[in-house]
Amino acid sequence: MQTYLFDGSMEGLLTAVFEWFERKPGAVVLRNQALHQPDAFEQCRAIISSEQQAARVWKGLQQRLEKGWIRRLTCAYLSEKPEVHEHLFQLICYLFQNPPGAEMNYGNEHVLEVAQTARKVEREKHRMEAFIRFQHAADGIFYCGIDPDFNVLPLLGKHFRNRYQDQQWIIYDLKRHYGLFFDLNTLEEITMQREEESNLMNSKPDVLSEKENLYALLWKDYFKSTNIPARKNTKLHVQHVPKRYWKYLTEKQVEI
Amino acid sequence: MSERIREKLNILADAAKYDVSCSSSGGTRKNDNKGLGNSHASGICHTYTEDGRCVSLLKILLTNHCIFDCAYCVSRKSNDIQRAAFTVEEVVELTMNFYRRNFIEGLFLSSGIFKNADFTMERLLRVVKKLRLEERFNGYIHLKTIPGASEDLIREAGMYADRMSINLEMPTESGLKLLAPDKSHQEVIDPLGMVQRQIVQFKEEKKLIKSVPKFVPAGQSTQMVIGATPETDKDIMQTADTFYKNFSLKRVYYSGYIPISNDNRLPMLGSQPPLIRENRLYQTDWLMRFYGFNVNELLNDANPHLDIDIDPKLSWALRNMHYFPIDINVANYKMILRVPGIGVNSAKKIVQARKFGKLRIDQLKKIGVAYNRARHFIKCADSPYQLKDYQSTQIKSFILAESQSKYLKHDTNQLILF
Repeated sequence: MQTYLFDGSMEGLLTAVFEWFERKPGAVVLRNQALHQPDAFEQCRAIISSEQQAARVWKGLQQRLEKGWIRRLTCAYLSEKPEVHEHLFQLICYLFQNPPGAEMNYGNEHVLEVAQTARKVEREKHRMEAFIRFQHAADGIFYCGIDPDFNVLPLLGKHFRNRYQDQQWIIYDLKRHYGLFFDLNTLEEITMQREEESNLMNSKPDVLSEKENLYALLWKDYFKSTNIPARKNTKLHVQHVPKRYWKYLTEKQVEI
Repeated sequence: MSERIREKLNILADAAKYDVSCSSSGGTRKNDNKGLGNSHASGICHTYTEDGRCVSLLKILLTNHCIFDCAYCVSRKSNDIQRAAFTVEEVVELTMNFYRRNFIEGLFLSSGIFKNADFTMERLLRVVKKLRLEERFNGYIHLKTIPGASEDLIREAGMYADRMSINLEMPTESGLKLLAPDKSHQEVIDPLGMVQRQIVQFKEEKKLIKSVPKFVPAGQSTQMVIGATPETDKDIMQTADTFYKNFSLKRVYYSGYIPISNDNRLPMLGSQPPLIRENRLYQTDWLMRFYGFNVNELLNDANPHLDIDIDPKLSWALRNMHYFPIDINVANYKMILRVPGIGVNSAKKIVQARKFGKLRIDQLKKIGVAYNRARHFIKCADSPYQLKDYQSTQIKSFILAESQSKYLKHDTNQLILF
């Protein structure tokens, strides 16, 4: 069995599919070059990403699949899990080898795995839409730092741009070191210096606008008074708002 | 200034918390005027309270002054509590600033009745108009219809709100008369019907003329208090079913009564709210809306109450063992949906996946079927051959033995020994 080594990009993955159909080497496993541990007897083949070949494969997929499935492939890729590349590769090969509609075969492990991973990514994206809490800075920009489990920032832009059109905002991924900035007209990708990044998480009072503390306080009050103590159910609460997200939430910060 | 508004928010949010509805789904408003807010089709829960209920809207009363004296309500006239009232500007300011920080999806505005119905409704209308027209707010607005308000006011409010609701309060007319002598179900039915007819009419016009404005795009809902009066589950669900059918409601909410007064018509202070019962009612509601069950199959004269220890779907299946076991690889979708342990998503996946080959146990488990529960009711490609048929009571005890219900630990029911 051959091992295909690629550079970890979506382009590389699609090129590997192209390569496989050109050579038909039989069963193949796909590994990320950076994470690969070679053993003595395996045959390796390095895949050199090619924009053209990747574009051809992607076009073929778009003709075969519904929009929802194209999005699922993208989402699964954004999960950044090491094993998902292999599943995506096998799934795409499987789709091209079978008549259209093969993506409905949930009995196939790759179909199911990609569908389930995509679902996890969509869930994380939805949680970000829910748990992002903007803080209003003195310079008029609403900002928020996040560190999501998966690389969901590319999926978030549209939602927030549609929603907040009359205010400037920044959402910054502290784990992957890039962010989105909306300046009332266009949405662009930004990167910050490390010192600026650390300011995002622990904001000092002089950076914030004067009303910011009042509204944070009002929100905490609201959160407290809307609770019904007679129905307390901590298990359910933690299930819906897992503890790893508490650091974003204004209502979960202790009062100083 | 800020102290006063904090105090008001505490009082008026506290009084509004007994309204269960917090959904923000079904809104279709788009941000096409460069304003603030864009609705999300499925809604977003921005946080959850410590009792596990979602917080997606800023849920407040405009005021908790009220001319009515309903025994089940905290804001009743005779109750000795702090009273407060927001101004229109304060509500608008709070909503806008909370929304800008991504705390909420929108506003849920209700009110106690001060002076009369029209005066109250007119105030509510001013808030939504200011939000929509002056502040260009496109977030979600859930507005209470005030029973007895004039048709014109309600119709105008419907042009700006996404959802409107009126609470039925008690599942039966007699229950309502007992606790709130001034109110009747007819008062609720009239405006519900009025808004419903308008929704249909606007939809018809929209088919012909594209520029027809939106009218209550997310539909209507209602709420009933459970456990304050001695209704059976059958009464409750049949009332809900009638309302779903007659007024095409989006939701009926069931709220377990939380003791708030010493009134001897009501459960006494300190008694546990009926949380399990509430949960079972919601399960029944879901079975009616998404699983194709008829209310009479689940609750009838022979079974007027839902089982506390098992869910309504399982209890239906155990009463109707003659339909089972079904073969997953040939049975139709509707029947697969009725198997305990298989939900809507799994059922759809099964129907799609079986076109590619017979499904096996391990595949079913991966698809998401709760196999330990479902195995008593299904057959698939590699089901083990079973020599003997089990009785429904035996199956029930098998399932109960391996399930760990969070409710069984604090089951408050009296045991019947003899």
